[in-house]
Amino acid sequence: MTGFLVRRLLNYLLLCLVATFLAYLLAAQTFDPLAVLQSRNPAPPPEAIAAKAHELHLDQPVIPRYLDWLGNALHGDFGRTVDGAPVSAELWRRVGVSLRLFLLGTVIGIAVGVICGVVSAIRQYRFTDYAITVLSYVILSTPVFLLGLLLKQAALNVNQGLGTELLRFTGEVTPNFSGGFGAALLDRLQHLVLPTLTIALGQIALYSRYQRGAMLDVLGSDFLRTAQAKGLTRRRALVRHGMRTALIPMTTLFAFGFGTLVIGGVFTENLFSWFGMGDWLVHGIGAQDANITATVTLFVAVCVLLSGWLSDVLHAVLDPRVRG
Amino acid sequence: MTTAEAAAAPDERPDADPVLRVDDLQVSFPSEAGRVHAVRGLSYHVDRGEVLGIVGESGSGKSVSSLAVMGLLPAQARVSGSIRFAGRELIGLSDRELSGIRGRRIAMVFQDPLSALTPVHTVGDQVAEALLVHGGGKLSTKDATARAVELLDLVGIPNAAARARAFPHEFSGGMRQRVVIAIAIANNPDLIIADEPTTALDVTVQAQVLEVLRTAQEVTGAGIAIITHDLGVVAGFADRLMVMYAGRAVETGPVREIYSAPRMPYTLGLLGSIPRVDVAEKQPLVPIEGQPPSLSELPPGCPFAPRCPLAVDACRAAEPPLVPVTGTGGVAHRAACHRSEELAGDRSAEETAVQVFGAELVEPTDLATVPRARRQTVLRVDGLVKHYPLTRGTLLRRRVGTVRAVDGVSFDIVRGETLGLVGESGCGKTTTLMEILSLAKPTAGTISVLGSTVESLGRAEAKRIRRDLQVVFQDPTAALDPRLPVFDIIAEPLRVHGFDRPHIRRRVADLLELVGLRPEFAARYPAEFSGGQRQRIGIARALALEPKLVVLDEPVSALDVSIQAGVINLLDELKAKLSLSYLFVAHDLAVVRHVADRVAVMYLGKIVEIGDAPSVFGAPRHPYTRALLSAVPVPDPVVERRRERIILTGDLPSPADPPSGCRFRTRCFTFAALPEDRRVLCVEREPVLDAAADHAAACHYPRDSTSLQRV
Ligand code: SF4
Ligand code: SF4
Repeated sequence: MTGFLVRRLLNYLLLCLVATFLAYLLAAQTFDPLAVLQSRNPAPPPEAIAAKAHELHLDQPVIPRYLDWLGNALHGDFGRTVDGAPVSAELWRRVGVSLRLFLLGTVIGIAVGVICGVVSAIRQYRFTDYAITVLSYVILSTPVFLLGLLLKQAALNVNQGLGTELLRFTGEVTPNFSGGFGAALLDRLQHLVLPTLTIALGQIALYSRYQRGAMLDVLGSDFLRTAQAKGLTRRRALVRHGMRTALIPMTTLFAFGFGTLVIGGVFTENLFSWFGMGDWLVHGIGAQDANITATVTLFVAVCVLLSGWLSDVLHAVLDPRVRG
Repeated sequence: MTTAEAAAAPDERPDADPVLRVDDLQVSFPSEAGRVHAVRGLSYHVDRGEVLGIVGESGSGKSVSSLAVMGLLPAQARVSGSIRFAGRELIGLSDRELSGIRGRRIAMVFQDPLSALTPVHTVGDQVAEALLVHGGGKLSTKDATARAVELLDLVGIPNAAARARAFPHEFSGGMRQRVVIAIAIANNPDLIIADEPTTALDVTVQAQVLEVLRTAQEVTGAGIAIITHDLGVVAGFADRLMVMYAGRAVETGPVREIYSAPRMPYTLGLLGSIPRVDVAEKQPLVPIEGQPPSLSELPPGCPFAPRCPLAVDACRAAEPPLVPVTGTGGVAHRAACHRSEELAGDRSAEETAVQVFGAELVEPTDLATVPRARRQTVLRVDGLVKHYPLTRGTLLRRRVGTVRAVDGVSFDIVRGETLGLVGESGCGKTTTLMEILSLAKPTAGTISVLGSTVESLGRAEAKRIRRDLQVVFQDPTAALDPRLPVFDIIAEPLRVHGFDRPHIRRRVADLLELVGLRPEFAARYPAEFSGGQRQRIGIARALALEPKLVVLDEPVSALDVSIQAGVINLLDELKAKLSLSYLFVAHDLAVVRHVADRVAVMYLGKIVEIGDAPSVFGAPRHPYTRALLSAVPVPDPVVERRRERIILTGDLPSPADPPSGCRFRTRCFTFAALPEDRRVLCVEREPVLDAAADHAAACHYPRDSTSLQRV
């Protein structure tokens, strides 16, 4: 089992390198950070432009630049932005902001999605099943930013109805917030609800569809019948024999789901004015900044890597057939 | 307790308290075509320690009725009537109440052992769970685990303590079925319901598992209801028999009595339709025309009437009740037939069947009298080898070994001859067949069809060879394109070979008639036909180009017994009429004995015995052939219970790592009985087969051919 997981981890590391390299290459070839400088009026002297180019290592070929960046990145130095500030200065704060959103969204998405799927399968062709099915299709076919906007609108109505600002949707904290620790936590929570919900809903919809299918397979399976023939009640047979088996095909989906979530995260962060990694990527592309772009790509790649690997661990834990 | 002797006793007192008494059971399901009445007023009982065989074809209601006893039918099933277990009514009990009985007092063994165990728990845990769930908290997990190991040992899992910690996927099918049986007997049940427990298994494994079931019954003293379509299994295993048709019991009684004097035409037809592996002289097989009725709109009268040669007007007016037969037997023998009385007599069941249903043997042709050596060789396979690489890993594939699927196989087939290629799963018979059909160069060896070696063929020649070599597959449903009408299906090979339209139209009509279908059927789609009819369409298609050799890949094994006979008879007839040669690949040895002129027995990629059918079946020489033949159950209780049975031990070794010397030695009973010094030969030297001989076996110590004996 360990051998299997180590092999997978190596595979993922390789993929991670490939992903950042491609992103860096693409960014370095298409971006022209000097354009801003050159288009100034009056035009700066050529020496100044050359100096800037040197400062940004633009005078070197792209492969050594990438290796340079990679080598430094491994030591925690992700280079400088076009404006000259170190990338790492802003990195960790933004990582914190994004992870809070993504992790919570994923955990809620998986938990609720799996439960909805199981319930849907057990109540196949009854009202609950239809309701869950229709809702998840509606959510799946709604673009994330539209979903976010709708939620915002709904939150506005709630707030108006209650007469207080229960749900907040700009930024992650109230600017210049003053109060004790408890109050600060509450304030953050109030900001967290909507964006997390935006992200989680899509995940719930996705997972519940797949979980329903996996569970239906298990419900018709021979081994569930054997378990009942042994003397387990249907409910107990489902919990002990059905659930775990039905989770197996889901594990591969978790990694994939996390990828789609990060992409959705870009819109969500923007919409709710969270300054996270998604927002930074948009900014980095706008500023023609290869270092920021590569760093965010690395972050996404590492996230996908870790979630993929966690899926493998989960798969191996749940399913004895893949171990060995 | 041996079954036969005990049989008579309980039957004489049918009012004694049985373990299970089912009364007027009705089960129906909703479906698009209206309500399907799967079980229609079924009554039977199982006595303590008794084995009841329940026989019927698919859709006869045999499985549904036993799931009803277990309370495991899907929620939309409507169940009525009475199911009393040890005096207690089961219908109407809640899931919780039933779960206290299931697994503790009534246990069940299912058909497909590959899917019957939960893949994510160890087999030890799954056995222990059966104990714990009924332990009422008094049994500790440790004790349950220890008991589970004992049970696994009892059902013949070698090295049980270690194997208990393994997962189901690490077990072979036969071993998994043993685990399922261990679960079933864990709590000393009073009744075990076994639903086709050996159908998915190879014949030698079936013999092992039946043996385990017998042990299980001796240990627990439970009554057993064994559901099967195999009349051979019932003959050897059951005390009493119940034959089901269209959701009802149509005949029940002591096994011996029903087999010797069936009193209902359907039973009679079934007994007459199965070929026997133990009878040297070829018997005509009785085909039962038509197919079982639809259970959603059953017309009044006897449901068998449309297929019954004895049907009279009275039969279509009222459904006959199941009543004790007159004349022979006691009250125990009952039949549901208006004309039951007329079937009484002292002829054997087979003779009566032939007389009632009308069946005849195909006259041997002139060709059959010409010695082999003087006939044209249609197919010659010489030293055929097919190896597959065994790989691991997804991203980085690496080769970890070689599967020796076929490892040096030689045989030939002459004009007008049928060679039966038999063996159990994994023996390489399917690979051999695929190699012959692919007309590509094998790993080693040569294949020649009508004298031309396939690897040296040009395109035009290959096309010509394909005309002479046709195939009929096992699953008639999968082999026919459902979107094409039958006409197009049969016409396709003719079009490919450039025949003109009028010719094709005539030919398709002729072909349909040839295989016993009406020419008007050409306009219909495959979905409108039954399995047997679809197989006939497949045969018509194969014959379209007038081939010399037809490869038949398990052509009847997907069909119900009553349908099989008709297709076998058709194949026999066509062979004589068209001077065809057949390569008949099958696992059912009785069918092979019936159709084949010569037989080749395969084991682990090699032919271990080859020869003309009467000698191989009558006097098998290789230990494997002997075990194989002795494992086939014979549908005759008297013979079946007297036969000496060789039970093979262990599982098939991996074809990626076959044993040195003789490949069969790990399971060979002759080898096991040899003194040490004579074993060396088997371990070190591979026995060779003289494929050209009339009867040859690849064994260093074959059974003497002079000690001729019936199997
Ligand atoms: S009742 Fe009539 S149709 Fe039915 S089996 Fe008897 S003879 Fe045949
Ligand atoms: S060669 Fe030896 S091991 Fe092989 S079948 Fe004959 S006796 Fe058995």
